[in-house]
Amino acid sequence: MILRLDHIYKDYIQGKMTVPVLKDVSLHVEEGEYVAIMGPSGSGKSTLMNIIGCLDKPTSGEYELDGKNVLSLNDKAMAAVRLQRIGFVFQNFQLLSRQSALENVALPLVYAGVRKRVRRQRAREALEKVGLEDRVNFKPTQLSGGQKQRVAIARAIVNKPKILLADEPTGALDSKSSRQLMELFQKLNDEGVTIVMITHDPGIAGYAKRVVDIFDGEISERTSPAG
Amino acid sequence: MLENVRLSFQGIWSHKMRSFLTMLGIIIGIASIIAIVSTIKGTNDQIKQSLIGAGSNRVDILMTENGNPVYIWSASEIPSGFRKVSDETKQKILDLDSVESVTCYNERTNSGGTFYQNSALSDAKLRGVDENYFKTCGLILQTGRNFVEEDFKEFHKVLIVDDVAANNMFGKENPLGKIVEISQVPFTVVGVVAEKPSQAPAISTISQYYNYTSDSSGVLYLTEAAWPIIYSYDEPENVIVKAVSTDDMEKAGEDAAKILNATITASDVSSEETVESGSGSGIKYKANNVAEQARKLQDLSAATNNQLIWIASISLLVGGIGVMNIMLVSVTERTSEIGLKKAIGARKSTILGQFLTEAAVLTSMGGIIGVATGIGMARVINKVSGVAVAVSIPAAAVAVLFSMLIGIIFGFLPSVQAANLDPIEALRRE
Repeated sequence: MILRLDHIYKDYIQGKMTVPVLKDVSLHVEEGEYVAIMGPSGSGKSTLMNIIGCLDKPTSGEYELDGKNVLSLNDKAMAAVRLQRIGFVFQNFQLLSRQSALENVALPLVYAGVRKRVRRQRAREALEKVGLEDRVNFKPTQLSGGQKQRVAIARAIVNKPKILLADEPTGALDSKSSRQLMELFQKLNDEGVTIVMITHDPGIAGYAKRVVDIFDGEISERTSPAG
Repeated sequence: MLENVRLSFQGIWSHKMRSFLTMLGIIIGIASIIAIVSTIKGTNDQIKQSLIGAGSNRVDILMTENGNPVYIWSASEIPSGFRKVSDETKQKILDLDSVESVTCYNERTNSGGTFYQNSALSDAKLRGVDENYFKTCGLILQTGRNFVEEDFKEFHKVLIVDDVAANNMFGKENPLGKIVEISQVPFTVVGVVAEKPSQAPAISTISQYYNYTSDSSGVLYLTEAAWPIIYSYDEPENVIVKAVSTDDMEKAGEDAAKILNATITASDVSSEETVESGSGSGIKYKANNVAEQARKLQDLSAATNNQLIWIASISLLVGGIGVMNIMLVSVTERTSEIGLKKAIGARKSTILGQFLTEAAVLTSMGGIIGVATGIGMARVINKVSGVAVAVSIPAAAVAVLFSMLIGIIFGFLPSVQAANLDPIEALRRE
C-alpha cells in the first residue's frame, strides 16, 4: 500500500476560533491506482492534498507513505520525501519563467544532486514521455497552457516518484487541452504511476478509476466510478 | 553551487537597472576606498623611496637643544657648548667599524645676502663643507672641479653650486667662472655638483622632505675654511656619516653621536633631568633615525586617509542596507517560486544558499566594478593633483572579498526569510 491515511484531523486556528477542516479522514491507496478526490471549494481537498504531499502536517491522525511514517519526520527529511517519492502538478503550472523547459524539468534532479549530463538526459526523456521532445529549449512564455502543464508533469515524473499528486491540473486549461492531459495521465497510469488528482470537475474526475468525494472535511467513497 | 551562481547572474541580468542601482552603494564605497588606499600607498612609496630607498646609507647627526634641531640664524643664537668638530674627533668617528666616511658642515639660509649680478638668491642655502662632503653625501661633480687642498689652506673664495642653483642663477649660461656675491664678498664658481640619480633625493628630515616636494632653490657650497670670511668665526657644525651598509645606519649614527657628545663642554652636557626641566642647556648631538622619520611620515599620511576610509565605509553600510532592502523585495516577489522549489524537494538550506549566493554575487560584482572605478579615480587624482598613487593588488582583492561579505551579511536576513517560507502559503500566493 502506497498511501495509508487513518483518522486524519486538521484544525486551523483563526483568531480564537478553531476551525476544523478535515474530520476523521481515512484514505488508503494501492500502488498503481488512479484516484480522483472531488469536492467543491472549501471542502478541505487542498488541505488533504497538502497533507498527502508532505507540505503540511495534520493535527492528529496517522499517515504512512510507502510504508513509512512521515509525520514524525523533520523539515529536512520531509523535503527528501517530497523530492524522492512525490511529484507535484499544480493548477497554474508553477514553471520558472526564465528557464527553458529542459531546465524546469531538471530542477528536482539538481536538488537530488544528479550530475549535469545525467540530469539533461533524464529531463529530455521525461519531456519525450509527455510528447514535448521538440520543445526542449523553449521558455514557458513560448508554450501554450497545455504544453506548460505537460512540462510540469515531466518535472513531476523526472525523479520517478512513487506517486503523482495533481491539484486541479486542468483548472487553467481549455477543454481540448484538458482532454489531452487526461489521456497523458491515463498513459502514465498504464505505465504504473500512481496518480492522486484533486478536482472539482466531475468530467475530469470521471477519467479516474476511483473517485473519492470530499465535502465539509469528510470523505466518502463512491462504489462505482463517476460518469 | 555553480548552478546557483549561474542562476544569480541570470537574475541580475534580467533586472539590469534594479541590480545596478542596488550595486551603486557598494560601487561608490569600494571605489572611494580603493582610490584612498591607492593614494596612501602612492605617498608611502614615495616617502620610502625618498628617505630609505635612496641607498646612500647617510645618517645626519644634528645639533639639538632640548630635543629640537638647532638652526643657526646668527652667531648670538648658537648654544654655547658646541664646538667646531676637530680633526681628532672626525678620525675617531671614522675609526668606527660601521662608518665608511664622515663629513662636517655649516648651513644657513642666507636670505637677502646672496647676489648674482643684480638678482638676489634669497632662498638658496649656503653650506660650508669639508673635503669629504661630496663623497659622503653621494654628490658627483658634473662640470668644473672639486675643492682642492689649497682652497682650504689658502681660504680661496671659491664656490661649488648644485645643479638646481646653477640653473636658477645662470640658466643656460656656463656657470664656471661666474662671480656670486655673498654678504658683499665675491666668490667664483668653480664647479657644479648633482645628486647621483640612484640616490636622489637624499632626504633625512621632515622639513627637508617638504623642501624637496616644494621647489628647492638649490645649494651653494663653499669651503669650511672660507665660512668665517662671511660669518667671522668657526661655527659648530652638523655631521653626516655614511654607514657601511643600510643595516649599520642606526649604529653608526648613535656611536658617532656619542663621540661628538663627549666633545661638548662638560657642564653643558645634557642629562635627562635638564632635558626635561628645559633649562636651556640641554644640548647634544643626535643622530637622525631615517627609518623612524619615514615611519612617522607614513603614519601621518595614513592617519589622515584612514579617517577618509571610515567615511567611505559608511557608504558601504548604506549600500549593504540597500542590498538587504532589494533582497527582501525579491523574496516577496518570488514567493511562489520559493514555494514551488520547496514543494518539489528543495531543502531550507538550498533556498538559503540560493539567496545568499545571489546577494553575494550581486555585491561582488559591485565590488569588482567599484575596484575598477576606484583605480580610475586614483588615476584621475594623479593626473589632476599630481599626488602619487599606487594601486595595491591585495587591497583590491580584499575589497572584492569584503563586498562579497557585505552581500552575505546583509543578504542573510532576507535569505532566512525565504528559506522559512511556508510552501503552502507560498504556493497559494500568485
